[in-house]
Amino acid sequence: MILEGRNLTFAYEEKEREVFTNVNLSVESSERVAVLGPSGFGKTTLCKILAGYLKPKSGEVLIDGRPLPEKGYCPVQMIWQHPERAVNPRLRLRDTLADGRDVEERVVRELGIETDWMNRYPQELSGGELQRFCIARALGKDTKFLIADEISTMLDLITQSQIWTFLLKEVESRGIGLIVVSHSEPLLNRVAQRKIIF
Amino acid sequence: MKTKMNQRKKAKILLAVAVFFLAAVAVAGIICHDAAMVTDFSRKNLPPSLAYPFGTDWLGRNMFYRTLTGLSMSILIGVCAAGVSVVMALILGLAAATLGKKADSVITFLIDLVMGIPHILLLLLISFALGKGLRGVIVGVALTHWTSLARLIRGEVLQLKQSEYIQIARKLGHSNLEIARKHMLVHLLPQFLVGLVLMFPHAILHESSITFLGFGLSTEQPAIGVILSESMKYLIMGKWWLALFPGIMLVLTVVLFDLGGTSLRKILDPNSVHK
Repeated sequence: MILEGRNLTFAYEEKEREVFTNVNLSVESSERVAVLGPSGFGKTTLCKILAGYLKPKSGEVLIDGRPLPEKGYCPVQMIWQHPERAVNPRLRLRDTLADGRDVEERVVRELGIETDWMNRYPQELSGGELQRFCIARALGKDTKFLIADEISTMLDLITQSQIWTFLLKEVESRGIGLIVVSHSEPLLNRVAQRKIIF
Repeated sequence: MKTKMNQRKKAKILLAVAVFFLAAVAVAGIICHDAAMVTDFSRKNLPPSLAYPFGTDWLGRNMFYRTLTGLSMSILIGVCAAGVSVVMALILGLAAATLGKKADSVITFLIDLVMGIPHILLLLLISFALGKGLRGVIVGVALTHWTSLARLIRGEVLQLKQSEYIQIARKLGHSNLEIARKHMLVHLLPQFLVGLVLMFPHAILHESSITFLGFGLSTEQPAIGVILSESMKYLIMGKWWLALFPGIMLVLTVVLFDLGGTSLRKILDPNSVHK
């Protein structure tokens, strides 16, 4: 499978300054691609467009030549930067995890999610623990591309390495395309096969 | 070592006490409704004593029974009016947030319109137009009190729609209905319940005040408003107990409802676990 962005232009308001113009990129589902760029250059916005959260002002996002589905499970899943905002504070994490479609038990186990965490509320867990839930939730059966937007920035080094080791193995074995956004050069050198400078 | 009660336990106990007291008053009031009507001129104008804890009035009626009956009537009116009002708020709030821009501006305009008129004035007008009495009071209170909660619910839904976890749930293939049931309800239900409970005291106070002013319940009914307005004539003659005890009981009821509502909010909010 191939995920393409063609001539993507985006502005938050109709007549406002454009965040970026005519961005082209294509990622294959066997690839791991890094997106690099300074703060405020629209990396997260690009991620949101690729995952279908935002509509570009012009241009289109295609998956195997077809536009992203409007309804139903989106094959491009994004993991957000702030796990504490990406989970419903009033739901137990068991229910949050159940939002994902057909997430394998194995994924949950390998991410190091403990059974005890399932019955807790988000404010009873740390950021790293929550991020594991967000990753597991995005790794449903039909996920073909994974966009990781600064997913490990706030985590300690041990947790970071655990999470990335798992993710690399998982996308490798399932043939999921990975798009990584990070400010950490060493991480990108280690994780990505190709870089897109933004 | 002394074990310290945490806030949640305290809140639960407070809520239980409030609910118990209010239910007891409501039931007791219904039971002694007939006793409250009995007049006996051999015992008129008695100050508070063991046999008549709240004293008796100029017709020899037992003020304790009258107060209880009045309060229970107030509580029932409060429950009805607040119930109707809260349901209105929920429906209009949801409609404003989900039916698009036009419905939203119409409902927001309605909210501003009702909020722009002083409560008590609108209440008097509605109650008077409906021929006073029980129905007038309930409809009046219901029609004037839905606005703030409707605005709250509208805002909450609008904010929830923008939240990241709901956008994510949508991309995970969940329908609007599923999302509303699973993600939104847990946020709206506490607002709804707390709004309902905190509306009782308002309803009760307004019922008493318009009855006091003579636009509410009719004078033969032992309502708190009626008791208080009648007692005005006798206060000057030193019959202080006619106003003091019913007044204190009214305040106590209102405070208890308020306490109950605040405790409920604490219990329903998972953030309070750590306090």
